[in-house]
Amino acid sequence: MAYVAIADRDQEQHFHHPHSWVTKYVWSQDHKVIAIQYGGTAIAVGVVAMILSSMFRLQLGFPDSFTLVSPNEYYQYVTMHGMIMVIYLLTALFLGGFGNYLIPLQLGARDMVFPFMNMLSYWVYLLSVIILLASFFVPGGPTGAGWTLYPPQSISPGTPGVDGGIVLMILSLAVFIIAFTMGGLNYVTTVLQARCRGMTLMRMPLSIWGIFVATILGLLAFPALLVAAIMMLLDRVVGTSFFMPEMLSMGEQGPYNDGSPILFQHLFWFFGHPEVYIVALPAFGMVSDVLSTHARKNIFGYRMMVWAIVAIGGLSFIVWAHHMYVSGMNPYFGFFFATTTLIIAVPTALKVYNWVLTLWRGNIQLTVPMLFAIGFIFTFTHGGLTGLFLGNVTVDLPLSDTYFVIGHFHMVMGVSPVLVLFAAIYHWYPKMTGRMFNETLGKLHFWCTLLGTYSVYLPMHYLGILGMPRRYWAYGSDFIPESAQTLNSGITVAAIFVAASQLFFFVNILWSLRNGKPAGGNPWKATTLEWLTPQTPPAHLNWGDKLPEVHRWAYDYSVPGEDRDFVPQTEPPHEGVTAGRDHGVHH
Amino acid sequence: MAHDATVAGQSTDPGMKGLVDDWASDRQTFHVPWGKAMMWIFLLSDTFIFTCFLTGYMNVRSSTRVQWPLPSEVFALDVAGVTVPLLLIAIMTFVLITSSGTMALAVNMGYRRDRAKTAALMFVTAAFGAIFVGMQAFEWSKLIIEEGVRPWGNPMGAPQFGSFFFMITGFHGLHVSIGVIYLAVVAIKVLRGDYESRGYEIVEITGLYWHFVDLVWVFIFAFFYLW
Repeated sequence: MAYVAIADRDQEQHFHHPHSWVTKYVWSQDHKVIAIQYGGTAIAVGVVAMILSSMFRLQLGFPDSFTLVSPNEYYQYVTMHGMIMVIYLLTALFLGGFGNYLIPLQLGARDMVFPFMNMLSYWVYLLSVIILLASFFVPGGPTGAGWTLYPPQSISPGTPGVDGGIVLMILSLAVFIIAFTMGGLNYVTTVLQARCRGMTLMRMPLSIWGIFVATILGLLAFPALLVAAIMMLLDRVVGTSFFMPEMLSMGEQGPYNDGSPILFQHLFWFFGHPEVYIVALPAFGMVSDVLSTHARKNIFGYRMMVWAIVAIGGLSFIVWAHHMYVSGMNPYFGFFFATTTLIIAVPTALKVYNWVLTLWRGNIQLTVPMLFAIGFIFTFTHGGLTGLFLGNVTVDLPLSDTYFVIGHFHMVMGVSPVLVLFAAIYHWYPKMTGRMFNETLGKLHFWCTLLGTYSVYLPMHYLGILGMPRRYWAYGSDFIPESAQTLNSGITVAAIFVAASQLFFFVNILWSLRNGKPAGGNPWKATTLEWLTPQTPPAHLNWGDKLPEVHRWAYDYSVPGEDRDFVPQTEPPHEGVTAGRDHGVHH
Repeated sequence: MAHDATVAGQSTDPGMKGLVDDWASDRQTFHVPWGKAMMWIFLLSDTFIFTCFLTGYMNVRSSTRVQWPLPSEVFALDVAGVTVPLLLIAIMTFVLITSSGTMALAVNMGYRRDRAKTAALMFVTAAFGAIFVGMQAFEWSKLIIEEGVRPWGNPMGAPQFGSFFFMITGFHGLHVSIGVIYLAVVAIKVLRGDYESRGYEIVEITGLYWHFVDLVWVFIFAFFYLW
């Protein structure tokens, strides 16, 4: 069959051309509008999760002074906080938001390959958010099973939200997975098949590499969650016993028979561990681009950075049981998973070294996005190091289910990706809106967030080593020493401070929409394609009449002999000048 | 520059070098239409769904303390006083595999731009799929009505037998039903000539999905009925 012609055949879609306000901004098929819809929804639902966390922190820090949160509500808030932050904020904002915005722009494409499906992805995601939030309003409220939803607890009587909450939670997850699949297929196919002329895989900015590999992880990991969700839904609604063992309650035998709760844990973590990297890999990629641009230096070891992303993505599928050391598994099994867990630290550490070496002797511009990016290197290193503790079976056993785990997890998967999200929002805000944000408010936001989150999570490691367990409604001096309770109260003060200081961000973003200085097309003097669009913000179909053509990699900053300190990717190589290293063209 | 050689299209170099050139080329990695690449990726994702279902089934089957019902007895049919094990399943499998054959012929006719034959073969494929789902409905009702198998329990042994059976074959049957609709829609559009300008890759893309559904059935057959 003659495939030769396909590369030259015009695969460009019959694009939808919006005419009315509604098709332009509501039922829009433009990837940039969909990105902002995704991002806005994710941030809105993230604010709900942040308010929940402030409420239960008040309860934990001052159990005798507040009656805001009952024990049942405490479990419900903790559960909803975790689930919303991990899935509906981080996954949706990184992939649905930045994936949608950056993939076509940084690759020189006009849109995603199937814009209609892309639009559908957002509306189905919105539906999943509505189902999730609806669980606050059903009898019994949302589920309080903990964000991991372990059976048998999650669907046994006595757990808050066992009536309607858990059913809505499972349904919402299933709907989210459908939404993600529709978006994810688009992202992967666009990266593989719809790049502009000259854009080889090894010339792609690292943001795209991170988003690309993370989306593949999502497409292969979410199936496990979908299967677990279907089985749990059947257990709860139809009365099967996939996950539910035989149980006695008040001397009476329950309706279930012989199921395997451990199977749920395996399915959940086969999704759950890649999920960590679904969030982390886009963060790795975007922080690399921000660091390189604002240090005016090429990213150190581009090729290794790409392979590290790919290696981390592959390894992330064979480490899941390190979340299950206390489930009573065979010690050899634990040995295997401890080994793979520690191996994954190698490419991860390589990335950290390369970020630091990118900064080394760079012309560092301490802009707001750069501050957040550097902050990320600190928080990620700290969170990663405690991960090495927890990856070892013998160290994990005593630390399991303590505040050490909460500290580690929030440092590595809470604060670190969120710092990158802020860096990315500030970095691309001028392109998205055409306006600059307020620098002073941005810096205030950074310092309050960084110092605040450190004062929240560093003390948690100490409390965890003391043995303070997690998921308790109130500690007080009966359970933990006075000094530990004082520290616990301090954490609450810091948490409220961090939550409040996010106002700087929202005020800044909204105020600058109208009042920011006009940004121009390329305020950071960056090399990648999204900064070279004919209009800012980019118009529908991005590129006007002619698609861009790429001649070099994405990191030609401060090339010796050039008169500017950056060379855009579209600039052809010229005689007499030492060209930047380009990994794309030499075979 | 070396890169110009790969811009226009597929690398002409054989072997490893050609592979590397394709992956290192600009614009596209695979020299296939967007829809086909997307179908590949979707099917990879779907493979993980079925793998998780079957792995969960194997896990529970090997850990349950209750006797697992014997598939050769449960799925037997009485024909003229003789009990034939797995008779219905054998016919269902045969029907589904035959439908893969007609699908492959449809793809061939599509690339020959023979619209009438393509559409006819796709309708035949869809009809085989519908017959399969119909026989599955018969099998389900026999199990439910005559043998008393329920998703939460059954008289023959481990309750998870019915749970997994209805869940996995139901999920697969859903795939077949969706495939039947998908085939019918594409066949009608083929007949109308909607693809004259764009080409008939869509028939092959539909075929990819259909062959995948057949392939999955082979695994379900092996793990559920033969084990």
